[in-house]
Amino acid sequence: MSAPTGSTVTGSAATSTRERTTVTGGIGESPARPDGTGKVQGSFAYSSDMWADGMLWGSTLRSPHPHARITRLDVGPALKLPGVSAVLTHEDVPGRNTFGLEHRDQPVLAVDRVRYQGEAIAIVAADHPEAARRAAAAIVVEYEILDPVTDPESAIDGSAIPLHPGGNVVRHVPIRKGDVARAAQTPGLVVVTGDYTVGMQDQAFLGPESGLAIPAEDGVDLFVATQWLHVDRDQIADALGLQPEQVRITLAGVGGAFGAREDLSMQIHACLLAMHTNRPVKMVYSREESFFGHVHRHPARMHFEHAATPDGRLAYVKARIVLDGGAYASSTSAVVANATTLGAGPYKVDNVEIDGYGVYTNNPPCGAMRGFGAVQATFGYESQMDKLAAAVGIGPAEIRMINGLAQGDTTPTGQLLDSPAPVAELVQRVRDMPLPAEPAYQTRPESDSHHADIRALPGGVANSTHGEGVRRGVGYGIGIKNICFSEDFDDYSTARVRVEVVGGDPMATVHTAAAEVGQGLVTLQQQICRTELGIGNVVLHPADTSVGSAGSSSASRQSYVTGGAVRAASISVRDKILQLAGERLGVDPVMLRLEPGGAITGGPSSLSLEELLGTSFVEDTVVYRHRPTTTLDPETGQGDPHVQFAFAAHRAVVDVDVELGLVKVVALDCAQDVGKAMNPDAILGQIHGGSAQGLGLAVMEEIQVANGLVRNPSFTDYLIPTILDMPPMQIQVLEYPDPNAPYGLRGVGEPPTISSTPAIVAAIRDATGLDLTHAPVRPEDLVGHLLPA
Amino acid sequence: MRTSEGTMRVPMTVNGVERIADDVWPGESLLYVLRERLGLPGSKNACEQGECGSCTVLLDDVPVCSCLVAAGQAEGRSVTTVEGLGGLSAGAGGASGGAGNAGDGASGPDLAATLHPMAAAELTPVQRAFLAAGAVQCGFCTPGLLVATTDLLRRHPDPSDLQIREALAGNLCRCTGYEKIIQAVHTAAAEMAGSAS
Repeated sequence: MSAPTGSTVTGSAATSTRERTTVTGGIGESPARPDGTGKVQGSFAYSSDMWADGMLWGSTLRSPHPHARITRLDVGPALKLPGVSAVLTHEDVPGRNTFGLEHRDQPVLAVDRVRYQGEAIAIVAADHPEAARRAAAAIVVEYEILDPVTDPESAIDGSAIPLHPGGNVVRHVPIRKGDVARAAQTPGLVVVTGDYTVGMQDQAFLGPESGLAIPAEDGVDLFVATQWLHVDRDQIADALGLQPEQVRITLAGVGGAFGAREDLSMQIHACLLAMHTNRPVKMVYSREESFFGHVHRHPARMHFEHAATPDGRLAYVKARIVLDGGAYASSTSAVVANATTLGAGPYKVDNVEIDGYGVYTNNPPCGAMRGFGAVQATFGYESQMDKLAAAVGIGPAEIRMINGLAQGDTTPTGQLLDSPAPVAELVQRVRDMPLPAEPAYQTRPESDSHHADIRALPGGVANSTHGEGVRRGVGYGIGIKNICFSEDFDDYSTARVRVEVVGGDPMATVHTAAAEVGQGLVTLQQQICRTELGIGNVVLHPADTSVGSAGSSSASRQSYVTGGAVRAASISVRDKILQLAGERLGVDPVMLRLEPGGAITGGPSSLSLEELLGTSFVEDTVVYRHRPTTTLDPETGQGDPHVQFAFAAHRAVVDVDVELGLVKVVALDCAQDVGKAMNPDAILGQIHGGSAQGLGLAVMEEIQVANGLVRNPSFTDYLIPTILDMPPMQIQVLEYPDPNAPYGLRGVGEPPTISSTPAIVAAIRDATGLDLTHAPVRPEDLVGHLLPA
Repeated sequence: MRTSEGTMRVPMTVNGVERIADDVWPGESLLYVLRERLGLPGSKNACEQGECGSCTVLLDDVPVCSCLVAAGQAEGRSVTTVEGLGGLSAGAGGASGGAGNAGDGASGPDLAATLHPMAAAELTPVQRAFLAAGAVQCGFCTPGLLVATTDLLRRHPDPSDLQIREALAGNLCRCTGYEKIIQAVHTAAAEMAGSAS
């Protein structure tokens, strides 16, 4: 693995006129995680580790049918079981019985109809988890089974019965730029078309949905793993019929998120049970229940038509993208906007016609997952770029480099790229990285002594090949992702910073409601505070709802937005300290500096923070907003909907056993522009982990849904990459600052997930010569043509 | 649980300490008893069907998925969890202090820390290496990986990349892409070799 390399930072977006102080553990370094020691000792308290005296366990009864009417619901048998304290149905929901991120269309507990397999119908509290499960199973439900709507096209053409009052189309986003019809008249164009599908991917975080609700006199306290405390709070309060401030949420330890914790799971249910029983209630989903307890990545059906001039320059792009949102809307509206506005990829093209649809069906509900709409579109347009390159007669890297967006270009919505967009350079960098050595079984197939270790071959220790039938291929992928929330969303974060002197040493406390989900946001907040204040000892207050919203830990936005808020609050506190010092010393505070370690210099005499503050403290709470964005024109999709764009490129090398259809990803190299490497180790961790999730979508991960029923809700049948599946990675991190963003940074988390999938599938095509149109690539896609019809 | 099946009393040695779990329902796993009855929630409950390795503990020095071991099977045996790794290698490690806990805990109420006394134990080379390499993100897989790595390095003090991959193939991680984990295992091996010589 190579260390991060790339261009140097040429400036910063600092708004303060004062020079920043320097201190160990500031931005640009990779200090230790504040939660790290607890995590390696087993003492870090995850949401499923919560425990309280006298607590009960909650369990959920879910629909076995994807579409049915409930004709009878009898909780009596469950109530009679030993250890059971409460059995609740929709009749016990005191407030609003619906929730949802963008449309509140999902029942807290089903009323008379269920729209997907796994929909919650009733909840139980009992003194042992097994007692709670048995009680849930004892509830009598009778159903009138209805035909499930499973074809997303039937939602668009109106042939399916409406699943919700407004019909089955959640959102249609059209993009019209230039004049595709006229461009198509250009003589000599090379045109390629393709149909592509992407399977339903699961976030597969390891820490199951879980939390502990504790009733209080005036409301409820909830300790839970989530991505967005305040939006949880508002939905919970509405369901409980409480004011938002009566629902106090503290972030418990989060075992991964990846989008799946943006929607509510057990939050309202646990609070209902706790308030009903007046006992603390803990709920922990099993892995199987987790597959039904959160939204998944939208499966997609896509048609693309790409045209290029004979020298390979894009003339127009047409696309139709259909995303199956399943039974409830979740964040489908925003996912469709991403897939559509980013649907032509990181490429310069003047004529664009894209229609994106997000629809309701009786399939599992889909919503946020890392990459959020961009993943699906990227698989389509990158497959097309390879097809186009072949048709034009140039290489896959070359066609991406000559068409790559650059600063000053506009996107298909007409948005100007006003900060660096080094698309061509990223592709060039991965192209120029060293390739792995040619395997011995290819260069010297006759030599037994050069047989590769079987663990490095497709099939691994299954010992299915010693190199015979194995073909190597190379493929490229690059993606574009919007960072932060788009389309005029009021996207902000709140940070409270306090400085005081404890035991003679300066200490800063940072308090935000931002969800640490593993990415290292806790470390980053400390780094920013250290850098701005020069104070090494930065303590983090637990994330909770006693401070303003931080927004969601999604859309790769927290470094930008919460980072911006912590920076702004730190600067404000520093200014207040210098103001106080100026008054004390009788000098203009502009002359003063807060030195690392807490000395205030620049006046007639040096002053320490301890002398200045004594036992008092300086504190401020600051709300930070990124620059505004616009809505999309409803007819043309034109507008400036996005805050920032981020880019990553991958080159994949694969070995394919073409006789058995087994794939081994041999190398997966990445180049990404991060604007400013705030924490280089954390960035590498995001690139490694994001690339692994993209690898999963390329070769193994798909929730199998048949007639609305999930067939593989377990880690036995839904496979995610193991340490044997991930190859070593070469990574280059570029730092071209975005002048609009705090420190010039660019969101990091999602781009590597987006481009690794198409790069790997392209490499498999290169190895096999097959026209692969579905992600993930399955063994039958590779050897099906060999089988007798 | 009030149940017709009756409940059990299960004595076992956990992290070197004699413990007794009472009121154990026969269907409970070792993982459940450790987490919910003995106040040791460090072993994790990610899949509870033996696929993810996050509940890995040493049972009489052999790594097992504690979710697949019935609690009764552990009767009278010795169990080492992530909370006990420090005690396990006491005297073998060496370096003082932790790996720089830069601030205080950032999670919710640290209920777990009050539930078991070994939280303050010294970090082992494996724990230190995982922190230093950046092999810990969300950390949910970490306890199982630490136990599995500890076991690997006892059997293979200087493992190759492929040996590491094979040994840790039963431990799923969704955050790190495993690269830093491999790096951490090598770092730990080097440190342990250095301190042994």
